[in-house]
Parts: sequence; structure tokens; C-alpha cells
Amino acid sequence: MTPHMLTRSLDRGAAIFLAVVAACGILIPLSNLLLPAGSFLQVPTYLVALWGKYVCYAVLALSIDLIWGYCGILSLGHGAFFALGGYAMGMYLMRQIGTRGVYGNPILPDFMVFLNYSKLPWSWYGFDMFWFAALMVLLVPGLLAFCFGWLAFRSRVTGVYLSIITQAMTYALLLAFFRNDFGFGGNNGLTDFKDILGFNVQAEATRAALFALSCLALILSFLICRSVVSSKLGKVLIAIRDAESRSRFLGYRVESYKLFVFTLSACMAGVAGALYVPQVGIINPSEFAPGNSIEAVIWVAVGGRGTLVGAALGAIVVNYAKTFFTSGVLAPYWLFMLGALFILVTLLLPKGIVGTFNAWREASRERRPAQAHASAAADDGVTESKMAEKRS
Amino acid sequence: MNVMDTRATSAMLYLDGVHVSFDGFHAINNLSLTLEPGEMRAIIGPNGAGKTTMMDIITGKTKPDEGTVLFDGVTDLTRLDETRIAELGIGRKFQKPTVFESQTVQDNLLLALNVDHSVKGTLFWRGSRAESERIDRVLETIRLTDARNRLAGSLSHGQKQWLEIGMLLAQDPKLLLVDEPVAGMTDVETHLTAELLKEINKTHTVMVVEHDMTFVRELGVKVTCLHEGTVLAEGTIDQVSSNERVIEVYLGR
Repeated sequence: MTPHMLTRSLDRGAAIFLAVVAACGILIPLSNLLLPAGSFLQVPTYLVALWGKYVCYAVLALSIDLIWGYCGILSLGHGAFFALGGYAMGMYLMRQIGTRGVYGNPILPDFMVFLNYSKLPWSWYGFDMFWFAALMVLLVPGLLAFCFGWLAFRSRVTGVYLSIITQAMTYALLLAFFRNDFGFGGNNGLTDFKDILGFNVQAEATRAALFALSCLALILSFLICRSVVSSKLGKVLIAIRDAESRSRFLGYRVESYKLFVFTLSACMAGVAGALYVPQVGIINPSEFAPGNSIEAVIWVAVGGRGTLVGAALGAIVVNYAKTFFTSGVLAPYWLFMLGALFILVTLLLPKGIVGTFNAWREASRERRPAQAHASAAADDGVTESKMAEKRS
Repeated sequence: MNVMDTRATSAMLYLDGVHVSFDGFHAINNLSLTLEPGEMRAIIGPNGAGKTTMMDIITGKTKPDEGTVLFDGVTDLTRLDETRIAELGIGRKFQKPTVFESQTVQDNLLLALNVDHSVKGTLFWRGSRAESERIDRVLETIRLTDARNRLAGSLSHGQKQWLEIGMLLAQDPKLLLVDEPVAGMTDVETHLTAELLKEINKTHTVMVVEHDMTFVRELGVKVTCLHEGTVLAEGTIDQVSSNERVIEVYLGR
């Protein structure tokens, strides 16, 4: 009755999505590396980096959709988890610079030398090892989300109140990371990266590999989200979203469920941030800006809340539009357009692009059997009238 | 004397001297009530008599200011939260039908089944034959077999009421609290609901809150009339409805 968790969770839309992401993840890096520069089918390096950024945003969007679309938790602070993952990766990259920095200090990153640090702060210990940094990419956002969620969900903070405190959380982190004495590079953040795992971060091959890895992360995140939402736990999440107190009276511990998805989602956002940083080459406190988190929610709303594929698609479509419009004469109007986009989607496409498409397909599928049914009913009418004739 | 028995009472549900006030308004005032195992009790009373507040207290939604609320003779319900109380075996149907509208009828029942409700249990859940057979049986009892794959939100009002009763059955609690099960139902549906509750009562203890007197009469069980948060009268429907004070509060002074 219930096939394996993964096969059960894959419908056609999901399969197409995965195939497209996998194809992009393989073909774009290959075309970039193997075809001669300037040829028609060659994807230029700057585009590989740009699309790699979009793919990271898509992972962030998935993580938001998991909690907002399926459990009704509207986090307006998910950018914080993304940025924390990014900082963890940034710290690893900083420590890889070693003596190649401006001051040539083998242990201390440049900004620490500049700020007269005598020794490495404890928070930077271990970040010279990739495995430790990779663990922190998951652990730091995960732990913050766990503590934050434990307090908020246990006190039954829901709806706009929860959204507001998530905003406050990311804003508080923004202020903290802006301070020079906080020990994470202050307002300049972390940059001038040289190597990742011994490979030059600027090299074309490294960029292509990072792009492929981002696509892989998107595929894995998608599979994780799908298996969560298509399990019985997914049904419980939807039940909590639609009627929270009813779920309690059925014996579900709502706070545990929320805590589980919130923490999982924060870890995913952290991974997205960690892949983002080496591709853009910098991480600074502006990543914590409340506006970033709100923008990420808009991607999900545009693509279609509660559809997963839509969230990823929304992130890519909106960011493509952002790149397109902010690089031309329309640049000063981008924020107005983003605002208008959100209002238009809310008014005209409340289910988002994918949600509307699904509803339309469902409706047309229902219309067909209804027609068949109607003709069958007409046949019945004929036989009935014949019987009536016989009776008379 | 039964020395082994540490139970304070043999009752399934025991309320004694319960008080609740909201901002000085005494919603429940020295309420005492007992429900024996296997009993079905109808609770009537004018609006604001405290019927729903009483259910809120039993299910842990509202904490009483004072008084004793014992379940199964041993468990003090005033110390527990909604989830724990549901786990103990108290199920509740709400006044306004609350089903999970965006999920199918079948999934609504699946969610209600009294199986492992932990995060781990639901994440790695795999359906079993026993579970699907139980769901089939409940669907048959509530006459929704044909609608099993429909979204609960698309059901008629009466069907939603039944689905919610079905969810109670799937939950299989020791005590069922049913708040206004026939509100908004047609006469036929009301009659069928009375039959359904009588059937359920064969294996469960039931407390029904209802305004509809024909329905209460049809149930043919002991009736408790609440007024201003306290018990006004108790007995058969005929005794209660001929009680002068009951007539007074229903018709007004």
C-alpha cells in the first residue's frame, strides 16, 4: 500500500523539476568548461556564477516553503539562517588565506591584524578544517532555530507575532555583526577569499564545480522536503497549519512538530548560504537585513506557496527579473516593481504561478470525467423515457 | 472494602466544586458533576450557561480557578495540557465542525487514529492493513465511504459533523465530548445522528451538549441542565423539562 518513501513522494511535476535541475547542473558546467569561449553554446563564467547564486536562493526558498507553505509558520527572518551558514563558510575561507593576506599573518585574518587582535578569538577555532566548518554550517543555524523555536512555539507564539519576532531576530544579528568588536569582520564582512579545499575560488573549474554542487544541494533539499511533506508528518503539518488547536485535541504535540520543521528548514537555509558565499566572494552583515528575508518570502509567494517546485521557481524567476531590471535604465524602480509584483500576485494569483497552474490542470481534468458522466446520464434519460413509453 | 483500589471515585469523569471566572464574570460556579463509565449524558442549558467552558476545562483548554476534575478516578486533568489529555483518551467534537478542510476525508480519519503521534512516529509511518481496515469501518459507520477521497472542505455541513464524529471514533477515546452534534442538520440527519451516538455509547462513555430537545428526547438518557455555570436540575428529560426552575430560566423571568 505504501511504496518506498521517495518513490511515493515523486509525482510528475517533481520528476520534471528534478530532471531539469540535474540537466542544468551537468550541462551548464560542461558547456562552460569544454566549449571554446565565445562560442554560441558556451555559457560564460559570469553567468555560471550568477545562476549559481539563483540556485542557492532556490534552496533558501524551499526551506521557507517547507515551514510557511506546509506548517503556516511565516518566518520573516530566514535570511539570518542563510547568512549564518554563509559566515561559517566565510570563516573557513578566511582561514585558508593564510600568509597570502595583506599582512601575511599565518593565523589571523587581515581584519584582526588591522584591529590589533593579539590572538585568534575562540569562536574562530576549528574553522581551518573544512569538516568543522561544514558541521557549523548546519549546527549554528540549526541550534539558533532550535532555541528560538523552543521558546516561541512552547509559548504558543503564532501568526504575525511570530513573524515580527523573527524580524527582530535577524535585525538584532545585523546590528551585532556590524560591530567591529563582535569579531566577524564588522561592516566589511569577510572577503578576499583565495582557496576552497585547495582549489582557487576564482578559477573557472571551481566555479563550475560550485554550480554543480549548488544544483545537487537543490535536488537533495527538494527530496528531503518532498519526503517530509508526503509522509504522515506532512499531513500533520498541514493539519497544524489549517487548525492548530484541533490538532492538539487529537493528541499531536504541535510545538514539537513546529520545532522539527523549523530547525530542519534553518539547516537547509544554512547550507544555501554556505554555497552562496564562495560563489559571490563576500559575506557581510547586510545579508542579515530584514528586507532580504522579506524578499525571500516574496519569491515563495510568487512561485506558489506549499508547492515546493513553485518556491524554487519563484526564487529563480524573481531574481532573474531583479538582475534584468536593476542593470538597465529601470534600475531605480526595481523596489517599486518588487512591491507591485507582490501586490499583483496576492490579488490576481493568490496561489502563485505553480499553484494556479495546478488548480487549472485539476479543473480541466475534472471537467473531462464530468462530461463523460453527463453523456452517461443522458443515456439513462433515454432508457428511462423508453421505459416510460413502454409503461404507457 | 477494596484495598487495592486507590481511585478516589468510580466515575469516568468527576467534577467537584469547579470555579472559573473571566475578568470577574463567573462562567463556572461551584459545578459538580459525575459521569459513570459507559454512561451517556446529555447537557442542556440556555446560552452562556457554561456548557462549552465546561468542555474547555475537561479538555485542558481552560484552567479552573479552583475545584477538582478527575478522569478515570485517578488523573487530575487540571494539571495537564490539551495534547496530554487527548492522549489519555478524551476526544472532543467542537460546536462548529472543525475538520481539516484541505485534506481528504480519509486523511482526516488517518490523522485522528490513536496510533503513535510523535514526530518520529509520523515521519517514518507506514500504513498497516489494520489501520486501513479501521478507517474503512469508521467510513461505513459515518456513511462517508463514497466520499473518502473528497476534500473535507467540500462536504456538506451535516457530513462535516459526521466526519468529526468519525474522527472521534478513529481516536477511540474512553470519553467522548460532543458539542452540539446536530446544529444545522435536517430532521433525517438528526435522527441518524441520534442512532449513531447510541451505537457509539455501547462501547464508549459519552457527554453530549445539545439545544435540540427532540434530539435529546430521542437519545433517552439522563439529562443535566446547567444555568449560570452550575447544575440546575438532573434527571430524565421529562423530569428536567417539567422542573419549574428550568422552565423559568428557559422562558425568562
